[in-house]
Amino acid sequence: MKADPRGVLTGTHFMDGDHACCEGALAAGARFAAGYPITPSTEVVERFASRVPTVGGTFIQMEDELAASITLQGAVWGGAKAFTVTSGPGFSLMMEHIGYAAMTETPCVFVDVQRGGPSTGLPTLPAQADMMQARWGSHGDYEIIALCPNSPQECFDLTIKAFNLAEEFRVPVMFMMDEVVGHMTEKVVIPPADQIEVVPRKHTHKSVEEYLPYATNGDMVPEIAHAGEGYKFHVTGLTHDERGYPNMTPQTQDHLVRRLQNKIKNAADRIALFEEERLDDAEVVVVSYGITSRVAQRAIGLARERGLKVGKLRLITAWPFPEKKIAELAAGVKAFVVPELNLGQMVREVERAAAGKAKTFPVSHAGGGVHKPEEILKVIVEASR
Amino acid sequence: MSDLVNPVEQFLRSDRMPHIWCPGCGIGTTVNCFAQALIESKVDLESLAVVSGIGCTGRVAGYVKLDSFHTTHGRAIPFATGLKLANPKLNVVVYSGDGDLSAIGGNHLIHAARRNIDLKVICVNNLIYAMTGGQTAPTTPDHSITSTNPYGVFEPSFNLPHLVEAAGAVYVARWTTFHVRQLARSISEAFKKKGFSFIEVISPCPTLYQRRNKLGDGLDTMKYYKEKSKVRHGAPTNEVGLTMTGEIIVGKFVDRDRPDYQTMMRGQMAESLGDKFVEQAEMVCS
Amino acid sequence: MAKGRVSIVVERCKACGFCVEFCPTKVLALSSAFNSKGYHPPHVVHPEKCSGCDLCGMYCPDFAIYGSRITPVAGGEK
Repeated sequence: MKADPRGVLTGTHFMDGDHACCEGALAAGARFAAGYPITPSTEVVERFASRVPTVGGTFIQMEDELAASITLQGAVWGGAKAFTVTSGPGFSLMMEHIGYAAMTETPCVFVDVQRGGPSTGLPTLPAQADMMQARWGSHGDYEIIALCPNSPQECFDLTIKAFNLAEEFRVPVMFMMDEVVGHMTEKVVIPPADQIEVVPRKHTHKSVEEYLPYATNGDMVPEIAHAGEGYKFHVTGLTHDERGYPNMTPQTQDHLVRRLQNKIKNAADRIALFEEERLDDAEVVVVSYGITSRVAQRAIGLARERGLKVGKLRLITAWPFPEKKIAELAAGVKAFVVPELNLGQMVREVERAAAGKAKTFPVSHAGGGVHKPEEILKVIVEASR
Repeated sequence: MSDLVNPVEQFLRSDRMPHIWCPGCGIGTTVNCFAQALIESKVDLESLAVVSGIGCTGRVAGYVKLDSFHTTHGRAIPFATGLKLANPKLNVVVYSGDGDLSAIGGNHLIHAARRNIDLKVICVNNLIYAMTGGQTAPTTPDHSITSTNPYGVFEPSFNLPHLVEAAGAVYVARWTTFHVRQLARSISEAFKKKGFSFIEVISPCPTLYQRRNKLGDGLDTMKYYKEKSKVRHGAPTNEVGLTMTGEIIVGKFVDRDRPDYQTMMRGQMAESLGDKFVEQAEMVCS
Repeated sequence: MAKGRVSIVVERCKACGFCVEFCPTKVLALSSAFNSKGYHPPHVVHPEKCSGCDLCGMYCPDFAIYGSRITPVAGGEK
């Protein structure tokens, strides 16, 4: 369906990533946010607090991230599209509730504008060191989807995508920005509402008698009902059966947890988004995401000028990780070069997916700034030998 | 003809009976009172939602045949806040235990009371962390033996009515599971109230709290409640602290009026934005 | 004639004793019978004293008992 025009700020804007993310949420139909201030993410909800009372919705600043991350889920079950925004320390606090969203299949978006860590780290400076945490941060087996924008424009476009994926798969989606993308100001074009595709909530059409909250028909994603519609359903974080009732046996556990994983895994090809350039003759592929991909772009250009056959693979979905694509490329290239603003996170996935068929060279950076193109170029040269 | 069905049965997920609570536990008794209040106050069951946390009382959500949410430990109140804000037409009840609401959930308890979020909170206080085997709770009375204070609790315990009154609750009452009619009435009153209502119900945990402290079984505890409770409506909440075997002050302590969160929000927005303010339409996204 | 009658769901009972203790007219006592869980459920020993007040039902933590008023029907009570 098309976006609700009341939330779409159509026009050509000059805005930073944080602000663009807020506009993306509004365009996607988000009418509820619960947040807690944390640099460098706060502007997203500050803008939402300012915009949403004129669009028709609610923002509440909660007393901590533990509250914010569950308040938004209450709002989802009350009928809203909802999200929260945070950075490293807050992301850590939200982990239990990310797991709750995965377990109860609550569609929602968690925005993490990554900054230097661990702990309080570098509040105002970038990093990309929450990437593994986005995937594995909560306890137990579950799958999430994670997107990495690399520009304010993508902060707008991909936030809509994040909400759409959340609704399609009834899963919490991690929107992995970084401080640079969040605070850089660029042109952001917001199209008219009728050019924006929005995925509606997968609401049940079954009668009260027939409806089972966690029954699926083959596509592995159950239909949802909201509180107040007469369905009188039960939602729990305990291992549950199709009726939503706690059923704590190994059999139910196996059935449920595998479905929660497989509903994402089986659709990984469809979900995977990446940008490829000059891969046809590439001997070395630079795999990058977020702000680092823009530095990598320059490094690839410099390498090509030197006659090195280098291609680009930019991850737009970091999770589920596009292992098939990497495996395919690994069969034909010498090496992958993986620059990240961390000491080696997504590079492990590249290495795993390459399964020894190609070498993997990390270009690590402890965070606090971005790579210089020459740093990446140096490793490309080494990888090309 | 007499009724052929227990009046509480219509509110139960009968397919999940019998429940997991121990013999002599008072939680089931509170559910009867809740059911009675629903009947008396004629609350629309289709716009009623029950939110609970983790613990023995937290299991209430799973046993009632209503839209119900068994959330995370301590976080029933913020979940309930989100639910209520997204759909103000809902009547949202938080049904949880003393440990869940006042320890891990303490921060959320005081903020929701401060904000006067329109929630009806039923706090079953069995003075212990029951589900996990009988550890000390912030409400466990002085000198009690628990599994984490095997030599006796020496921390002062929370006086919950006092805490929530200070935080801003507009309705504060305490009963025990002996006071079934009064409890049902208080819950009914809370349904008529707009704002943060808090009803504490002192309840036995015969398996852990009473047993470890040699206080008898559930029935002994109920007899103690009958004997030692004193009804003092309007008692100053700083005077209603509990001890292991002493007097239990019960009654309606606070019943005051102040605008609830959503009323204040609407007022402020309308004042600042004038006709630019768009009242939140139904959020339901299809 | 009794004004009320008690219904007991024997299998749900855990013999806590609340209903026996708090019935205002002492209609009930714990029986010597067992339910399948090994508990002694209550039984009615003074049916004529039951007023149908349902205090037993209000107290019962296991939803295993309730009292109901008998309304007179034309032609006599049932």
